[in-house]
Amino acid sequence: MVFKLNSQLLSRIASGNGHGEDSPYFDGWKAYEADPHHPTENPNGVIQMGLAENQLCFDLIQDWLKKNPKASICTPEGLNEFREIAIFQDYHGLPEFRNAVANFMGKVRGNRVTYDPDRIVMSGGATGAHETIAFCLADPGEAFLVPTPYYPGFDRDLRWRTGIKLIPVDSDSSNNFKVTIEALENAYEMAQLDNIKVKGLLITNPSNPLGTILDRETLRSIVRFINEKNIHLVCDEIYAATVFSQPDFISVAEILQEDIECNLDLVHVVYSLSKDMGFPGLRVGIIYSYNDAVVSCARKMSSFGLVSTQTQYLVASMLSDNEFVEKFIRESKRRLAARYRVFTHGLDQAGIKCLKTSNAGLFLWMDLSGLLKEQTVEAEMELWRVIIHEVKLNVSPGCSFHCLKPGWFRVCFANMDDQTMHVALSRIKTFVNKEADTKKKPKKSLRWQGSLKLLNTPRIYDDFINSPHSPIPHSPLVRARN
Amino acid sequence: MTRSRLSRTRSSQHDEETKQTTTTSSGGTAMRVIVPLQGVVQGRGGLFLGSVIPCALFYFLQLYLRGKHCDDPTDQGDPTRDPNAPSPSGSAGKLAELPGFPRNSSRNLLSPRSPRGPVLLSGRVNEMVKSGDSPYYAGLKKVLEDPYDEAGNPNGVIQLGMDENKLTLDLVEEWFVENAKEAILGGGGGGGGEGEELSISGIAAYQPSHGLMQLKVAVAGFMSQIMENAVSFDPSLMLLTAGANPAIEMLSFCLADSGNAFLVPTPYYPGFDRDVKWRTGVEIIPVPCRSADNFSLSIAALDRGFNQAKKRGLKVRGILISNPSNPVGNLLNRETLYSLLDFAREKNIHIVSNEIFAGSTHGSEEFVSMAELIDSNYLDRDRVHIVYDLSKDLSLSGFRVGVIYSFNNNVLAAAKKLTRFSSVSAPSQHLLVSLLSDTEFVQKSIKNNRVRLQKMYVAFVAGLKQLGIECAKSNGGFSCWADMSELINSYSVKGELELWDKLLNTAKLNVTPGSCCHCIEPGWFQFFFANLTERDIPVVMNRILKIVSVCKASS
Repeated sequence: MVFKLNSQLLSRIASGNGHGEDSPYFDGWKAYEADPHHPTENPNGVIQMGLAENQLCFDLIQDWLKKNPKASICTPEGLNEFREIAIFQDYHGLPEFRNAVANFMGKVRGNRVTYDPDRIVMSGGATGAHETIAFCLADPGEAFLVPTPYYPGFDRDLRWRTGIKLIPVDSDSSNNFKVTIEALENAYEMAQLDNIKVKGLLITNPSNPLGTILDRETLRSIVRFINEKNIHLVCDEIYAATVFSQPDFISVAEILQEDIECNLDLVHVVYSLSKDMGFPGLRVGIIYSYNDAVVSCARKMSSFGLVSTQTQYLVASMLSDNEFVEKFIRESKRRLAARYRVFTHGLDQAGIKCLKTSNAGLFLWMDLSGLLKEQTVEAEMELWRVIIHEVKLNVSPGCSFHCLKPGWFRVCFANMDDQTMHVALSRIKTFVNKEADTKKKPKKSLRWQGSLKLLNTPRIYDDFINSPHSPIPHSPLVRARN
Repeated sequence: MTRSRLSRTRSSQHDEETKQTTTTSSGGTAMRVIVPLQGVVQGRGGLFLGSVIPCALFYFLQLYLRGKHCDDPTDQGDPTRDPNAPSPSGSAGKLAELPGFPRNSSRNLLSPRSPRGPVLLSGRVNEMVKSGDSPYYAGLKKVLEDPYDEAGNPNGVIQLGMDENKLTLDLVEEWFVENAKEAILGGGGGGGGEGEELSISGIAAYQPSHGLMQLKVAVAGFMSQIMENAVSFDPSLMLLTAGANPAIEMLSFCLADSGNAFLVPTPYYPGFDRDVKWRTGVEIIPVPCRSADNFSLSIAALDRGFNQAKKRGLKVRGILISNPSNPVGNLLNRETLYSLLDFAREKNIHIVSNEIFAGSTHGSEEFVSMAELIDSNYLDRDRVHIVYDLSKDLSLSGFRVGVIYSFNNNVLAAAKKLTRFSSVSAPSQHLLVSLLSDTEFVQKSIKNNRVRLQKMYVAFVAGLKQLGIECAKSNGGFSCWADMSELINSYSVKGELELWDKLLNTAKLNVTPGSCCHCIEPGWFQFFFANLTERDIPVVMNRILKIVSVCKASS
């Protein structure tokens, strides 16, 4: 007799597609994974520009590790600490880790604010931090407002297991996608009419994918808005240290110090070292909440995503080295600025415009609406397929960020070496020139029908791509040096 | 319909519902209809037809109420609902409230929203705040405030409530002295300038969230060694997570919907209440085991639990067993495992086998992993999932490496996506790859771990016996399970907690009371001994002795 388990015996979470990975954002990864670029072995492969990873300063970190072998606790120099660290499993985290992170967070914000180490809660990356916050603040069916365009992973991180909803708040390309109170009010009203209970507002500052930061006035009005509505404010500040040119980054913490009426119990910050330090592999996510109940609840939840104590110790040692941290932040910004300059200049030569107001992040928000056959999402997807398969660049289309205006693409530029970047630039230039030529000629047949089908088949590539963030152990930079 | 299920779905509306009684006198009646309806509507499949009629009735009631309250300002949005309103995100359709139209509009109808009020958090937080600190957290706090130290703080609280193992820490430490230099940056081996550059990317950059393949291979080898090569583990069926807690939670999320249930033999590890239930909304049906048969599991009890759940309208999705069990420490023999498989097949449910103490058996009995049975019984492997924790057996609890080993590809695929919420940090993975690849060390460590555990176990149990306290027979784990029912004043949970309080505050011993483990017989306590040294045992025994004499004198 053959007994087969009924597939319905899995939960809705396991069998549904709440993971949100059936999106072009993730499909692009598959195209990259199937044919990754390598300068010598596969010069015509797809270049990964969909990965917001900061690899420009790995050398600094490596130098520090070499100079501080003690920090890894597992070397003879660091062995004094070994016993304590190896066995430690308190979910509060090592005190030195919390102190160092609080100190670092203040430093990144120009020492204009201080953070209380006792409010630092750790989690498995910003991914885990967002989910934990969602679990703490809302029950299934309740909603968060999120200004668009926003990071596609939110659809998974905040919604999948928690059962909460995200309500996109529209923005407009005509004012550079700025968050406006009118749009927030409007979305809030609409949700009310729809009988959806709005529990909070999630803002990303600096924004992913825009690379813009919120100015003081906008932040103040956002704080007033949430206070007036009595809803939570979750600030995702994971790109805080990537602000590479003026104006300076302003954290919500700074606004709260000012003369403004706000119930502090409503404000929560999500932070991580993945972007600012370029440490995604360490999986260090941080929740900083001004609400005691949330701190204590999130802390109990942190047992679902504790950072290994060895890593905690390593991070604590590194971040307590003030001299190193300051040098690192300075140098990282300098390199990001330089890369940004070169890249935007190159695009400019090709006649491609990017969002002008951006001065942060590891990516550009590129406007290709001029290349669209018509101003629709379908045309955007068509162009995106051409870019993936013909130009061989994995960029992420605006629709995956819930951007209403078609034709915008996010292009990551910090996860590759100079050489790869130049290859990418020249591919774009060639493509744009060719497009300009063919525009005069009649339309050609739809060549990418076949590939389209492939992308829509069930998740056959799942084994290769198991994560939107992290499917690939080898980044282009690594390959380049290989 | 179960009460708890209902209270979950209702919790978010609780405030509004209380206001409702002031709004309309028929509110109470409405709720009497709504409550059973919600249960029906939320997916007890076969009951659909039965729900149509009450639904209609309820709808008319709505119309009636709406007519009565047409002057209510919050009501006005409803009929003029904007079709262009921001649509709920894609997952909305999958949410439980799909058939919940009546519920939504009733909420709107009956509860005038006030924009100002207390800060609203989720039901999970409220639940936690309301229940206060369990003895587990209270004890932990005490230890943190005033930890025992032989020289520095001899009157401090001794930690006997933490499942940590320090017995082989020296071996691991020794290994690091000799080998760790290259382990941290070494990664895939091979020195040289280029290799080093690679390794920093290998640590800092994004890694597969479910663990490095090299580590999976190493863990598979380690697990086989623990089971004396009776089983070989396939790394491709393995996912690594940040500890066993998220591993169990992920399986709970994958195998059961909110409101479904798992059968769990009691006494069980108190953390299951958090890992299985808290965020998932899954229920636990305790299946009581008794001291009379050394707390061993009987299929008859499982069957009773299953039927009980069915009567309560709960859908049982699986059994969660711990082998070696925690807190008792007994092993499930081959026969029981086979009958468990038969039971699961008959009821068509899953088995989650929690084997985190597999490498920490110390008796003469043979440990049999669920995986061993599955090897030869491959037709039905889809329902079996194993949880393991690497850090426990290696004395590296801070490293947090849990393992999901499942024979079900769908579960693996879903859990793989879930691992990104709790993955193991890369430096620790690299270090463990080096550590586990040293077979000589691994063998030595496993052997020593068992020998030392046994020694401590024997010494601890003998110490208790001298005080007249008997322990249940145990063959694994870091603790012993002691019967102190003769020392409690009233044979009840209250009596047990009084004794626990004395142990914590007078004797300064943090132990786990049996009620935390849902033991139905009061008076049992769990003592973890693997984080003690042999010198600590007399200190602990002296402190217990004081309590014993006080209790004996007062009775």
